[in-house]
Amino acid sequence: MSKPRYTIAVTGLNAIDSPGPGVAVIRGLLEAASFDARIIGLAYESLEPGIYMPNLTNHTYQIPYPTAGTDELMERLTYIHSRENIDVIIPNFDAELYSFMKLEPKLKQMGIRMFLPTFEQFEERHKVNLTKFGEKYGIDVPLGIAITDPAEIYKHEKELDFPLMVKGKWYDAYIAYNMEQARNYFNKIAAKWGYPVILQKFVHGTEYNVTGLGDGNGNTIAAVPMRKQYITDKGKAWAGISIADENLMDLTRRFVESTGWRGGFELEMMKSNDGRYYLMEINPRIPAWVYLAVGVGQNIPEALTRLALGEKVEPYTNYEVGKLFIRYAWDMIVDRSEFENYSVNGELKKDEHGKETL
Amino acid sequence: MKIKHQIAISDTGFLFNPATGESFTVNPVGAEIINLLREGHTWQEIIDKITEMYSVERNSFEKDLHEFAGIMKMHQLLDKDE
Amino acid sequence: MEKKHYERPHIIKLEAGMPGKSGIRTEQAPTTHIDGMAVKELVKTYGSPLFVLSEQTIRSTYRKAFKAFSTRYPNVQFAWSYKTNYLSAVCNIFHQEGAWAEVVSGFEYDKAIANGVDPGKIIFNGPGKSREELIMATEKGSLIHIDHLDELYLLIEVAEKTSQKPRVSIRVNMDTGIYPMWDRFGFNYESGQAWDALNKIMHSGKLELMGLHTHIGTFIMTATAYAIAATKLADLARSLQQKFNHHLKYIDIGGGFASKNTLKGSYLPGSDTNPSFDEYAEAISSALINSHFSPGELPLLILETGRALVDEAGYIISSVIANKRLSSGRRATILDAGVNLLFTAFWYQHQVTVAQGVSQHREDTTLYGPLCMNIDCVRESVNLPMLNINDQVVIHHTGAYNVTQWMQFITLRPNVVLIDENGNAHVIRESETLESVTGGEKTPEHLIKLR
Ligand SMILES: Cc1ncc(COP(=O)(O)O)c(C=O)c1O
Repeated sequence: MSKPRYTIAVTGLNAIDSPGPGVAVIRGLLEAASFDARIIGLAYESLEPGIYMPNLTNHTYQIPYPTAGTDELMERLTYIHSRENIDVIIPNFDAELYSFMKLEPKLKQMGIRMFLPTFEQFEERHKVNLTKFGEKYGIDVPLGIAITDPAEIYKHEKELDFPLMVKGKWYDAYIAYNMEQARNYFNKIAAKWGYPVILQKFVHGTEYNVTGLGDGNGNTIAAVPMRKQYITDKGKAWAGISIADENLMDLTRRFVESTGWRGGFELEMMKSNDGRYYLMEINPRIPAWVYLAVGVGQNIPEALTRLALGEKVEPYTNYEVGKLFIRYAWDMIVDRSEFENYSVNGELKKDEHGKETL
Repeated sequence: MKIKHQIAISDTGFLFNPATGESFTVNPVGAEIINLLREGHTWQEIIDKITEMYSVERNSFEKDLHEFAGIMKMHQLLDKDE
Repeated sequence: MEKKHYERPHIIKLEAGMPGKSGIRTEQAPTTHIDGMAVKELVKTYGSPLFVLSEQTIRSTYRKAFKAFSTRYPNVQFAWSYKTNYLSAVCNIFHQEGAWAEVVSGFEYDKAIANGVDPGKIIFNGPGKSREELIMATEKGSLIHIDHLDELYLLIEVAEKTSQKPRVSIRVNMDTGIYPMWDRFGFNYESGQAWDALNKIMHSGKLELMGLHTHIGTFIMTATAYAIAATKLADLARSLQQKFNHHLKYIDIGGGFASKNTLKGSYLPGSDTNPSFDEYAEAISSALINSHFSPGELPLLILETGRALVDEAGYIISSVIANKRLSSGRRATILDAGVNLLFTAFWYQHQVTVAQGVSQHREDTTLYGPLCMNIDCVRESVNLPMLNINDQVVIHHTGAYNVTQWMQFITLRPNVVLIDENGNAHVIRESETLESVTGGEKTPEHLIKLR
């Protein structure tokens, strides 16, 4: 039986120590049972490892930063589409999602599908709005306050108490143990990610993450919970294990059902020392550790692609509990000419990957 | 002014310094200058050639060449001056 | 043989993680023309720096805004906010399109009268109106928006002597979820001050209460704040109906819509993130339509939109005076237009494009103005191609607040031209001369001679 073949463009090829999810997503796509995938990489910077990895992408194109605006992005995507005839795009960075969401109708007209959250979902789950989100859906969240002036840290010191979390609107989170640290982090984050900066009550406990997929009608198509086993100094999981925890699964299903979540997501949860579950953050996209989900039986990138293409997808109901992912670093040998080509031309063609030439 | 001899520049304006491992991109006028330097041309000859090829005043090019040389020096692409 | 186009020689080190030039290849095409007129020609004829306003863009922006509201609400009136840009040519474009005038000083009031605006269609806002100004506005039948209790009492006093009854509204401030809350203007809603002031007006019998006014702030990035404001004003209107059987003629929701500029410190460009007229209109219209007003009695909706109507229509053309390397190795370019002309550079990251064709080579650059003060910076960092001396750049979205807040500091102000809908340029404000600055000076006798 011949499988359909799709051209799928993926961002987030920065498989570095604080990795983007692109490479893991691509591995899921290449292992999809229901289709063959031809992968187009979309990258921002010239040293994103995924650009150079063998048997991963067919061709990678540089795209403009979100700060350049959607018109620039649209122009570049139109060019790439004219060369590659893309079926689906899977954007993987928080900071670029807004731009892709904005372009979704236009891209759809061109025949390019995506499966992204709605603007409303995207906004209300935002760090800045998380406290309201928790109230609205009856989910426990730690108290969070968005501020634009470091003087406000003093104002909220009592409610929040040290240590507290200082978070950027898009990225970055630091634990501050005193006022001076809090002020420093505030300035550092504001300079990089702008305002507001979020102060969040610190919750002591154990961190759990869930990655999943909602079909936009309240159904949970996939959900795999994981406990971080080893955390890097940037707070990223370097190893984790799939677990069975009905409380986490309940919370996840409640989240998907009540918001009607559309697309991939990651829930960052904290089980406090007194056994309560707090939702710390909702990432509106697939996380970098998604290959664990693929490995335990829930191919989220595959299911997301099929949903994007308008297919009906049955929910995954099982996964293997007690499997680990352990990330590793791997040095590739890359010819300077590849780097030069990519840097000067903004694109790099790789050989057809193994799977395709079979 | 002499350019370090191992330095190579590609047609696309990509310059690689094998001694330091640094890479650079150079615009067409810059690439022209570097090629002239590699061929051993003197400061004056470079000014003659470039002002012949491009629509630029001698004075204003000489000033730009000074700045360009300064940046090349900063990036350690030039041999120590004699 | 034709010589090749010259671009300064240039070399950039590729840093790890730095985007190569192609990632930004398509960024910001050169702006060689504005409304069909060549930038080079404009500079040759009118000098540099130069303010340029596009009549076509003003009209099309106004029509877009008007349509957004008039398709959702039965009775809509814009009032041009003079402080945003009070060049007469600009005001009169708005008046021709049907806008009333919104003024905040005697000077602006006189300007609107001189422009020929019907005094009954002038809204007089602001905390600083004098007794004389109040008398004049009352006699002419203009709409006076009361800011504080002292003004209310003064106006009651004025009403004793004028032939006309003052036609008034009060300005209301309120919590709409916007930070900072502008509570220094008008009467507060939540604390009951506003209701108190309305009662005083109704009981005095000396003033004709026409409407309610609010202006919740400027560059408001969420449309929902307006829905809250409209709902609160509608509530006050209902209370007036119930207690006094008084029906208001209008609700004035003020200005404050964000233009397409990008605020400093924001990551995504304003053109992507700022709400459209449709989104603001939807929020305001639904709030009013869904309130207690029955269909026949919906009050006139007045909008005092300023920057969002005119920002996009303004450009500053500026020429390169010099290029520099800072001690850090960073490139800096000195332009002949600085914060003296571009006051809004303090809070916007204005888009800057070059005015001539260029190669793809670009570098991060700091753009400074020509003033000898440290704060004179047009952009802290912008990725621009190599610029030669006397090349031009075009600074975009400068139509709002610059020709009213510009400073005659250190140097004179340049020509302002308007390009009409047929592509003809008109000087609408001449460049200043020594005489225009020193004309009002008086030197005492003993200081005329230098020795
Ligand atoms: C009372 C009033 N109305 C209207 C405006 C115009 O505001 P904007 O330019 O933000 O639309 C202002 C500006 O400060 C104002 O004070």
